[in-house]
Amino acid sequence: MIRTEEMLLNVGPQHPSTHGVFRLVVKIDGEIITEAKPVIGYLHRGTEKLAENLQYTQIIPYTDRMDYLSAMTNNYVICHAVETMMGIEIPERAEYLRVMAMELGRVASHLVSWGTFLLDLGATSPFIFAFREREMIINMLNELSGARLTFNYMRVGGVKWDAPEGWVEKVKEFIPYMREQLVGYHQLVTGNEIFMNRVKGVGVYSKEDAINYSLSGPTLRCTGVKWDLRKDEPYSIYDRFDFNVVTREEGDAWARYHVRLEEIEESLKILEQAVEQFPAEGEILAKVPKIIKAPKGEAFVRIESPRGEIGCYIASDGKKEPYRLKFRRPSFYNLQILPKLLKGENMANMIAILGGIDIVLGEVDG
Amino acid sequence: MVEDLLHSSAGWLNFGIFFLLAVVLLLVVLGFVTYAILAERKVMGYMQMRHGPNQVGGRWGLLQTVADVLKLLLKEDVIPKLADRPLFIIAPVIAFAPAFMVLATIPFTDKFQFADIGVGLLYYIAVSGITTVGIVTGAWASNNKYALLGGMRAAAQMISYEIPLIMSVVGVVLLSGSLNLNDIVEAQKNGWFIVWQPIGFIVFFIAAVAELNRVPFDLPEAESELIAGFHIEYSGFRWAFFMLAEYVYFFAMAALITVLFLGGWLPLPFLGFIPGAVWFALKFTAVVFILLWFRSTFPRVRADQLMEFGWKVLLPIALANIFLTALIMELVKLF
Repeated sequence: MIRTEEMLLNVGPQHPSTHGVFRLVVKIDGEIITEAKPVIGYLHRGTEKLAENLQYTQIIPYTDRMDYLSAMTNNYVICHAVETMMGIEIPERAEYLRVMAMELGRVASHLVSWGTFLLDLGATSPFIFAFREREMIINMLNELSGARLTFNYMRVGGVKWDAPEGWVEKVKEFIPYMREQLVGYHQLVTGNEIFMNRVKGVGVYSKEDAINYSLSGPTLRCTGVKWDLRKDEPYSIYDRFDFNVVTREEGDAWARYHVRLEEIEESLKILEQAVEQFPAEGEILAKVPKIIKAPKGEAFVRIESPRGEIGCYIASDGKKEPYRLKFRRPSFYNLQILPKLLKGENMANMIAILGGIDIVLGEVDG
Repeated sequence: MVEDLLHSSAGWLNFGIFFLLAVVLLLVVLGFVTYAILAERKVMGYMQMRHGPNQVGGRWGLLQTVADVLKLLLKEDVIPKLADRPLFIIAPVIAFAPAFMVLATIPFTDKFQFADIGVGLLYYIAVSGITTVGIVTGAWASNNKYALLGGMRAAAQMISYEIPLIMSVVGVVLLSGSLNLNDIVEAQKNGWFIVWQPIGFIVFFIAAVAELNRVPFDLPEAESELIAGFHIEYSGFRWAFFMLAEYVYFFAMAALITVLFLGGWLPLPFLGFIPGAVWFALKFTAVVFILLWFRSTFPRVRADQLMEFGWKVLLPIALANIFLTALIMELVKLF
């Protein structure tokens, strides 16, 4: 007589496709997942608690380590929150440098997402190609900030360093190069029959589900919700640029893949305009007090990171440290829908769904 | 020469000569495996805009694999406590032995072949199936859930791709009227079977890639899903045996494709002055290169899609190909 039983399989925290120390306890029947339970916290460093004992400027390097694939947006969100509370006017040149840094970071982040997603699906070459382009971006950001990954570039009131000579030209040269490479990406992967079979209709969720699970970023826009904070609640100088909010209707891994790749193109558009408009001279740091003290009260700001809405809540009692600091970390929220999506899928789809959500564990665990 | 030996009476001298030849073949195969791994890494490296091995053994990394093998030899031999010990030990051997057994029938040139048996093709396909038993055994004996999943995938894959593989060569057998690999090559004098059997060739090639467990059909190992699949608990030289088996099959399958569809040692027209061995090597290398090319291009197929593709697409096409071939042959006979 044949007897079957469910098997409890521990995926991670050491697993090639969990994008870090993410653990997933799955119950599988054959290869079909009947229940999935994500376990997080292996990379928890208590950023929010630590911040309560740190001055505002000292918190910035901690934010680098949250979403380490797009540290610029994290830098920005904390600076933006403090600036909102203090009512600081940011110099023009600093705003442009910030936007360029953030958009370059977005391109780099989506490139990593693209490469690792395909690596999860078993294609090795796209990963290398994506990292080749990302390397160029990282070198540019390195010239700007002096670091390759944890930039610590932005300050309350502006940015730390001015762009070195010829840097803007480098960004300008990068834009057509990247566009050319994107064509190659599509040729290599997008039309591939195997790839399409792997992602089409995988991990589908509806518009309502996406909103109810408070998904954001590409994971929300893949269902057709046109919501991008750069457009809908313009912060910084995003209202000056002409770009589209990319949406797809399908709500599956295929749609998320497309949204990310097309967002790279939109980011390039913004970069192109920013390079055009970049003021030749000007301050890069506003006049701010030596010791930054946010006034008594509270503030919440949110911006669009590559992974979704990253928010920062500050409650201040007027000291030089925040009384309470909270980050709304998009990866953490985006991950919530995973158990629902995984039910009834098989092992291979599990990887495709997880890769499609594009989590960064530093951000999930905080 | 081999022909004469085969027909002479058995004796120690014959045994000695065969033994020596077998050793030579073994060394050739091991040499191939060594450099196939290097070639794979180099070709993939250049396709991915990196250099590949370039430290050990000069600029081309010629001794890289040798160093790797030495390292594997020196590794501690780990057998998990809860593994089924005898099965765990014997599994790599079961996977590895048939890989060498199939090489005996492959005619490298019209003179150089070890066993010119009448049912060479059948022998090859039958023996090569045994390897999967080794893989499943190893997966089961490891007592690891990932290994088990990998082993089950390997078994399912073997069943669904062995059949289209056999069916796709029936067209070749019909055309040549023989299961003997020598005769099959001889029958291609008027044109390679890749020309007469294009559908058969495509089905065979896809099924062969699946048989070899290579990208895009590398499900039993599926690095990003099952980490290493069936050989997850293996390390050191036992692991090397699995890898060796895989690469020897790679060698054997490329040779078989050359023999069945690319005319073996037969030269292109007007280029007959180049010896057959060179022709064989050239065609063989081309097949190997295409397989390496696959690896750096394709994502992995999903398990259920693989099954569907095998049963619902490849098998009907292979069957239709048999019918078509037979029909055309009869029609040609009529007129």
